[in-house]
Amino acid sequence: MTGRYSRQELFAPIGPSGQKKLKEARAVIIGAGALGTASAEMLVRAGVGSVKIADRDYVEWSNLQRQQLYTEDDVKKEMPKAAAAERRLRSINSDVDVTGLVMDVTAENIFELIRDASIIVDAADNFETRLIVNDAAVKEGIPFLYGACVGSYGLTFTVVPGSTPCLHCLLDALPIGGATCDTAGIISPAVLQVAVFQVTDALKLLTGEECEPVLRSFDLWKNERSEVRAASLKHDACPSCGTKDFPFLSYENQTKAAVLCGRNTVQIRSSITKEADLEALAGQLRQAGLEVAANPYLISCRSDDMKMVLFRDGRALIHGTNDIARAKSIYHKWIG
Amino acid sequence: MLQLNGKDVKWKKDTGTIQDLLASYQLENKIVIVERNKEIIGKERYHEVELCDRDVIEIVHFVGGG
Repeated sequence: MTGRYSRQELFAPIGPSGQKKLKEARAVIIGAGALGTASAEMLVRAGVGSVKIADRDYVEWSNLQRQQLYTEDDVKKEMPKAAAAERRLRSINSDVDVTGLVMDVTAENIFELIRDASIIVDAADNFETRLIVNDAAVKEGIPFLYGACVGSYGLTFTVVPGSTPCLHCLLDALPIGGATCDTAGIISPAVLQVAVFQVTDALKLLTGEECEPVLRSFDLWKNERSEVRAASLKHDACPSCGTKDFPFLSYENQTKAAVLCGRNTVQIRSSITKEADLEALAGQLRQAGLEVAANPYLISCRSDDMKMVLFRDGRALIHGTNDIARAKSIYHKWIG
Repeated sequence: MLQLNGKDVKWKKDTGTIQDLLASYQLENKIVIVERNKEIIGKERYHEVELCDRDVIEIVHFVGGG
């Protein structure tokens, strides 16, 4: 056997029939950062028939350490990640129908994005997007492979609507102000370990096998790992998969962003009503090497040509851009 | 001695609750899932569930990076 997929077909649980199923499958990847580029490359090499990858950001120097589809040339040209990923993925496997979508994934456009998808791979950099995608995936009955990482830590859980708990069951509420890759750093092995768990479950689901409802986490640096059997966390009263109210698809629960006319500024109003812990955030941002100023009402920080001011009510002003997607991207990088 | 996320960990105190354990890892205000001896403990019980010697504890905390 010398065919392109021969080694995968020799693997008995997949075999030629599983390979045929992969060819007929359609994967959607939310985000083309570290996790998204890793899982996209594996799915494209594996011969999944159609791979769509959506991202709102462009390639920067600080991405190259771990975002495996990008080159220095992409940074110099400020290529949108989705466009650079599409080009690289097509050159890896021309059998696959690859589409890179330069877009900010929201409750308004998620259904168009995931239409006819067989699976949705999570590679977002914030909880809000994940919970929007979780609601949409549960509503449409499409498996959703949650994965996230920071530092040397990561975790994954595969949501199979109607069978396992959903991400909302596990989280209960929308977390704010956690560590992010831009404040606490990230090493590429942690990224790849998460993508490995996600893509293994993707291959199993796409070839007709079941996945166990196991919440996996690990810290590679500390050599720690855990597996929690999560079936009992499925709540009948969960507003997403239980009562099917899908709260994260409603307007009230969206982060509102608006361009402030003539000020080269975007205002971002979080959907979280809880007051922000400005002191803790200031500490995190300082640790990340940003210049932070604070008074009792707000903190402000700077990086390159951008400035962010964050008020205690959770509102943020991003100065230095009129681009809502860019502003949201900066907000989520720094605040989580 | 506890087994925490697959590693043996010394838990010096004679007594202590899950809440105390979370606090010692700065996880008390984070969104976590805690399993003790294969049973998931609801967060409303973190204050009352006492740890015992040789307990097998798994703590998963949620992060948003990607």
